[in-house]
Amino acid sequence: MDWEALGLSLRLAGLTTLVLLLLGLPLAWWLATTRRRWKFLVEALVAMPLVLPPTVLGFYLLLAMGSRSPLGRGYIALTGHPLAFSFEGLLLASILYSLPFTVQPFAAAFAAVDRGLLEASWCLGASRLRTFLRVALPLSWTGILTGMVLSFAHTLGEFGVVLMVGGDLPGRTRTASIAVFDQVQALDYAAAGRTALLLLGVSFGVLALTYGLRHARRLPWPLS
Amino acid sequence: MIRARFLLVLLAAAGLAFGGTPPRRVTVAAAADLQYALADVEAAFARVRPDIAVSTSYGSSGNFYAQIVNGAPYDVFLSADEAYPRKLAQAGLAPTASVFRYSRGRLVLWVPRGSPVPLERLGMKALLDPSAKRIALANPRHAPYGRAAEAALANLGLLDAVKSRLVYGENIAQAAQFVQSGAAQVGILALALARGPALAGAGRSFEVPLASYPPLEQAGVLLARAEDPAAARAFCDFLRGPEGAAILRRYGFSAAR
Repeated sequence: MDWEALGLSLRLAGLTTLVLLLLGLPLAWWLATTRRRWKFLVEALVAMPLVLPPTVLGFYLLLAMGSRSPLGRGYIALTGHPLAFSFEGLLLASILYSLPFTVQPFAAAFAAVDRGLLEASWCLGASRLRTFLRVALPLSWTGILTGMVLSFAHTLGEFGVVLMVGGDLPGRTRTASIAVFDQVQALDYAAAGRTALLLLGVSFGVLALTYGLRHARRLPWPLS
Repeated sequence: MIRARFLLVLLAAAGLAFGGTPPRRVTVAAAADLQYALADVEAAFARVRPDIAVSTSYGSSGNFYAQIVNGAPYDVFLSADEAYPRKLAQAGLAPTASVFRYSRGRLVLWVPRGSPVPLERLGMKALLDPSAKRIALANPRHAPYGRAAEAALANLGLLDAVKSRLVYGENIAQAAQFVQSGAAQVGILALALARGPALAGAGRSFEVPLASYPPLEQAGVLLARAEDPAAARAFCDFLRGPEGAAILRRYGFSAAR
């Protein structure tokens, strides 16, 4: 069993979910409330990873992270090592790749919030931020939870992008899904079967937990 | 929240207490034909130098070459040919003197044990037999074993006849997986893989005539960016030394010229 790979996958998925939560909340709120005409362009951009082949995204990311691009050169100047083939590079790729899985459920939940409640809150003198935290967020928690779980599970199951920008470095970029690929190529079906079964179990567990929570009637919102 | 943080601190403390000094690390990118042979070399090396941890990734030499050019953090690259390591040296990613030959690869036709493909009777001509519906080899675009297999087919005048039945693995190990799993009926594989634990005893093989393809001189290179050059050099020296060479010989590699 490749525990190192599974640990790496969980760490990658956890960090990706965390960053996407921080990025996704304001972005989804903007998408749900803005009246700008060119909003559809941003929506299309956010949804791109849903339809793009992972190899296309991986190819562009590899170019962007390479030592010939400004981003790649800047990163090397800052840290001394290239962004490609590093955990940080994988994290950046995962954030982009899972963006729609976070933002779309967030935005759908925000759009479903009764505007009258928000206006009532503003009329009572609450600031925009306070209204967002005390009214919009608690009313949208199922959508937010769904978005987080989907981005976690999607990152866990990522393969093509990771293979292209991560290489296959044990302990650094060899995630569990890559380990399965390696084990199959090594004709080690027993090991591949164990890793695959574990991924299956984790994915099912995470999804079952979410759906279970959504059906539970009362769940205290941790921020209120 | 507080409890989670406490747990993290505890884990970190445990890591410090039991981790001790971190072992010296060598990261190796190796051609997929080395899959089994190199695992044995690593095990033997670990007995001599327990202070050095070697971690290896396997794949096609061409892919590794592209990754290393793009900055992949490998210390040692063991290619299935000599051209890629030389090109890395020319690109300034390794000193020219650090390129070394370590073995010479050989090609075999391989079929699962119960296969109807008449390998023994027809040899290379068995590829023309209707029972060989799919023939697996490595992708010639970036895998030296794929290029050698294609050259052999061309030189033996078989390429046009079998072209529509060829299936390409990303590297030679995936080609082996295609035929071992029954998805392809014949594989043109590395002898070293056919002698590995998964295929040896599970099938029959026929060696592709050495004269039919350019020699697969396999070379390695110690990259300039190696984090621990002394440890990396120790591993390279062990691979080329008597013990490493004996293990490679056991897997059917000829000695490097």
